[in-house]
Amino acid sequence: MTGPKIIFFILAAAIVVFSILSIFSRRILRAAIYLLFVLVAMAGLYYMMNFQFLAAVQLMLYAGGIVVLIIFSILLTSQIDSKLQAPKGSHLLAGGITAIAGIALSAITILQFTFKPSQENAVGTDMRTIGLQLMNTDVQGYALPFEVISVLLLAALVGSIFIAQKKKV
Amino acid sequence: MNLQAEIPLDYMIVLSTIVFFVGLMGVLIRRNLITMLMGIELMLNAVNINFVAFNHYLFPNRLEGHFFALIVMAIAAAEAAIAIALIINIYRQFNTVSVDDVDELKY
Repeated sequence: MTGPKIIFFILAAAIVVFSILSIFSRRILRAAIYLLFVLVAMAGLYYMMNFQFLAAVQLMLYAGGIVVLIIFSILLTSQIDSKLQAPKGSHLLAGGITAIAGIALSAITILQFTFKPSQENAVGTDMRTIGLQLMNTDVQGYALPFEVISVLLLAALVGSIFIAQKKKV
Repeated sequence: MNLQAEIPLDYMIVLSTIVFFVGLMGVLIRRNLITMLMGIELMLNAVNINFVAFNHYLFPNRLEGHFFALIVMAIAAAEAAIAIALIINIYRQFNTVSVDDVDELKY
């Protein structure tokens, strides 16, 4: 066992264990905190694969933004010490069969397939390359999705404020 | 760091498969809107691992998977904001966030 392998297995174990805990935890606030641990471990995976910018975005946007939003909505909608009802046996059975069959089917298919890596030279994943490509309109440019995403975020912002406001009676 | 020699691509994909189906199971077994939203976030993140792993292992000559994951994150943020606005609105109307009790379309 070498260093990266040990780190990968720690992160993978954390991701799997905490995601299962966040599904089965009956205290909803704890489920949100377990989800936070999963997201932080995933940021660690991105760091391992040399995508530092993506890891930083994952930490800021998911761990800093979405989990905080979820915790706010938990505090707004439920009692802090109330427990969720236990899932029904039939739901548990159907969900478990779906999950196990899906994992088995996908894993068997993936492990039989041989992936062929591209032989071309790797590009860097530094901030300069990312910034240039994000604002570029050439072959490796992503200016259009960037602009579309900005419009989508504005629409989501206005829409969520409008939906959540109190209606006048 | 040469990750390819240490950790095969299959490990990453199997990990993301497990997380995806755990998230799906969470959506199926839970009846609370917020926990269902958390299951959806897990599924989106599993897909992101796949994009990033394919980018790093198979096509390091361009950054397509990286940008796809970035845009998935932005859409996940928008989706979470809208979903939470809807959940708060549903809570005002029905006084609960359990999907079993939200069964009226019109007031």
